[in-house]
Amino acid sequence: MYKRKWVFGLASLILAATLVLGACTPAAETTPKEQTLTVYSGRSEALVAPIIDQFSKSTGVKVQVRYGSTSEMAATILEEGKNSPADVFYAQDPGGLGAVEHLFTRIPDSIVSQVEPRFRSPEGKWVGISGRARVVVYNTQKLKEADLPDDIWDFTDPKWTGRIGWAPTNASFQAMVTAMRVLWGEDKTRQWLKGIQSNNPKVYPGNTQIVAAVGAGEVEVGFPNHYYLYTFLRDKGESFPVRNYYVRAGGPGAVILVAGAGILQTSKNKDAAQSFLGFLLSPAGQQYFASQTFEYPVIEGIITHRLLKPLSEIKSPDIEMAAMADLKGTLNLLREIGIVP
Amino acid sequence: MAVITGRTSNLIARLGRAGRGAHVSRPPAIIWLPATLVAVAVLLPLVYLVLRTLGVGGEIWELLFRARTFAILGRTVGLVIAVTGISIAISLPLAWLTARTDLPLQRMWSVLTVLPLVIPSYVAGFIVVAALGPRGMLQQLLAVPFGLERLPEIYGFPGATLTITMVTFPYVLITLQAAIRGLDPCLEEASRSLGHGPWDTFRRVTLPQLRPAIAAGALLVSLYTLHDFGAVSLLRYETFTWAIYLQYQTSFDRTAAAALSLILVVIAVVILFTEVRTRGRAQYHRSSVGGARPPACAQLGRWRWPAFGFCSLVVLLSLVMPMSILGYWLGRGVAAGEPFQVVWSSALNSGYVAALAALAIVVAALPVAILAVRYASRISSLLERATYIGFALPGIVIALALVFFGANYATPIYQTLGLLIFAYVILFLPQAIGAVRSSLLQVSPRVEEAARSLGSTSWQVLGRVTLPMIHRGILAGAALVFLTTLKELPATLILSPIGFKTLATSIWSATSEAFFARAAVPALLLILIASVPMAIIVTRERREQHD
Repeated sequence: MYKRKWVFGLASLILAATLVLGACTPAAETTPKEQTLTVYSGRSEALVAPIIDQFSKSTGVKVQVRYGSTSEMAATILEEGKNSPADVFYAQDPGGLGAVEHLFTRIPDSIVSQVEPRFRSPEGKWVGISGRARVVVYNTQKLKEADLPDDIWDFTDPKWTGRIGWAPTNASFQAMVTAMRVLWGEDKTRQWLKGIQSNNPKVYPGNTQIVAAVGAGEVEVGFPNHYYLYTFLRDKGESFPVRNYYVRAGGPGAVILVAGAGILQTSKNKDAAQSFLGFLLSPAGQQYFASQTFEYPVIEGIITHRLLKPLSEIKSPDIEMAAMADLKGTLNLLREIGIVP
Repeated sequence: MAVITGRTSNLIARLGRAGRGAHVSRPPAIIWLPATLVAVAVLLPLVYLVLRTLGVGGEIWELLFRARTFAILGRTVGLVIAVTGISIAISLPLAWLTARTDLPLQRMWSVLTVLPLVIPSYVAGFIVVAALGPRGMLQQLLAVPFGLERLPEIYGFPGATLTITMVTFPYVLITLQAAIRGLDPCLEEASRSLGHGPWDTFRRVTLPQLRPAIAAGALLVSLYTLHDFGAVSLLRYETFTWAIYLQYQTSFDRTAAAALSLILVVIAVVILFTEVRTRGRAQYHRSSVGGARPPACAQLGRWRWPAFGFCSLVVLLSLVMPMSILGYWLGRGVAAGEPFQVVWSSALNSGYVAALAALAIVVAALPVAILAVRYASRISSLLERATYIGFALPGIVIALALVFFGANYATPIYQTLGLLIFAYVILFLPQAIGAVRSSLLQVSPRVEEAARSLGSTSWQVLGRVTLPMIHRGILAGAALVFLTTLKELPATLILSPIGFKTLATSIWSATSEAFFARAAVPALLLILIASVPMAIIVTRERREQHD
């Protein structure tokens, strides 16, 4: 009885070995004529897959995408070195792009020059694709815009005790703190963080939860990115009692952060890669970000959401994205105060 | 000489000839060759780490010998000890109750108590925060009747311990259940006939025999705790693994990450050494034919319902709570009109790749375990221990090591399923080795010697004697690997063929955008798929016991 069983067992082992070996052969053999673009994306699939599909449809270029976090994808590209299969790296923030900048090739001026200098690398190695603004969200049933202070600094006033929601582990929040350190210096940033901390803010895991909590009246104000609100407005209607407030005084509380992309030197599809970036920056591509992800377009002449304040009207600080690289210093500061462990 | 504990060994020696050590002869090539290959392969990440660390100068020492590093070391060790201790304390009674007593609904409990293993820690972390956070669901429940404003802080040590224990205690449970089922009832009967009470018999005969299984399970729990990222980051408790991830996240610093990983390797080596010491040099196989019948079933009597309550409590906390919160998120999403689609291809990919990994890993584990048990020597035990290193390292480190070697030295197989399975072998091999090893220890080498003396070749002995006798361990190992491969994330994201989606990657992409409702569908599906092999194994066990 055992004998038959083990003949069967052995057979299945051999089958398994064949499957594993078979699995080693590259999945899709592409003919050289059919172009396939490989993109490593640190942006999530939910945000960028639709526009990538549109690119494929309109150009006939097949696109393969590997999704991961921006830092994982950057580390992967660094390890792959000259053998990287990636043509394009599309990152959530300039930090990730900076980490692999030495592996990027120059993007032609015709593409890069469409974008404001503050949203691209000075050497033309990467280019911003879409922007997100830091805002204050407030509950419209409890507050009016006029009740809100001019500067993000003023939320350290004890009258805001128990009324603030924030997400200190969120990368965009940390980028805002980095902007504070650049614009205000370490001491003032530390005072701001301590001031907010002593107002006993509610901690949320991310921006979506902040907006939801402000909507539910759990807190009255919160510090997220601007575009989360618009998803709620789309899903719940314009009666959703939350609005964005861009701090009047400008400064770090109104900083604009960009997601961007670069082309790898080792890419064998540089033409396709350039046309991909060109497409993302084309009116069609930019319109997608404006109307689907509610981010800020980085070129002129795009129709944005009726309730979205135009980029030109925001008093966002003039800050080089390259100056925002010191995330480590920001984390040390947040840890020192005990806001993140 | 076999030494279990002084008095027990005397007892066992009186029962038979168990005291004589095994002959250590030269292993045949079909054992040592694949075992060496496996061990060399799984050490690749170590080579990578050394290469990365050597690339820099003295500043790395500054980073490593900061006061902070020692604080992280203390926290990591504390977490490992707490999680391992609690896991043993939960699993020992559970394993006994589900394997050897007249506990009501025994079969159901043996499936349900193992399932929490499949809940990814990055999901468990969200669930623990949502349920037990300062203003979580429990607080909301208690707020009305008791006016409770805030629950005590869950973040930090208590939350991390709870979350990791919740998803890892089944490691101890599974190895223990296999060991208990393989016990020879004659030893216990002899002990009882010599006048020892049931408690004495358990303490002096049964427990010492279960020591290798407890040690093997505890080893997996502690090494898992070392490499877990999801729970510690969500519950905000900084261990080495989190520190390593932070190096990648905040400064894209691969060198510092590699140096910190090497410290993790050192901690792992200390744990491995400790396990060898606790395990001792005892032998656990039957000395004679033994009682080839199921052991007596202990009557719980008035302890029946307290025992039932204990099992319910464990399942309630570790399985029902997570599943109901997932269900709640799902319901809330449906009510809010979120679009849901069950992506069957992801489910299929998950099942397929996990099954392949289970097969590959069992095949790789067999020669290593046989070598370590049957041909015990300094080298063979070193070889077996070496395979555990991969399990102690964060997934991202293993993945990046294979990116480095794969992209630069094995380009044709880079980003293929083959390399992904290889990554799973490095990550999860010890799970299968532990299970196979424990069951191998319960088989007397005399049987194999007899087969050889009757003219069987090494292959025949392996196929007709050894493998059939340890099939319980093989199945347990394969099941463990299957469950954990289902939820593996970093290696799957980085090394899978491009565009290859699994349930784990779907959960991740939903949670990374904080779409908890969308994460609920694949997470529930994951638990469902995982329960299939567990149910099969449990029913098989029952059938065999009744045959």
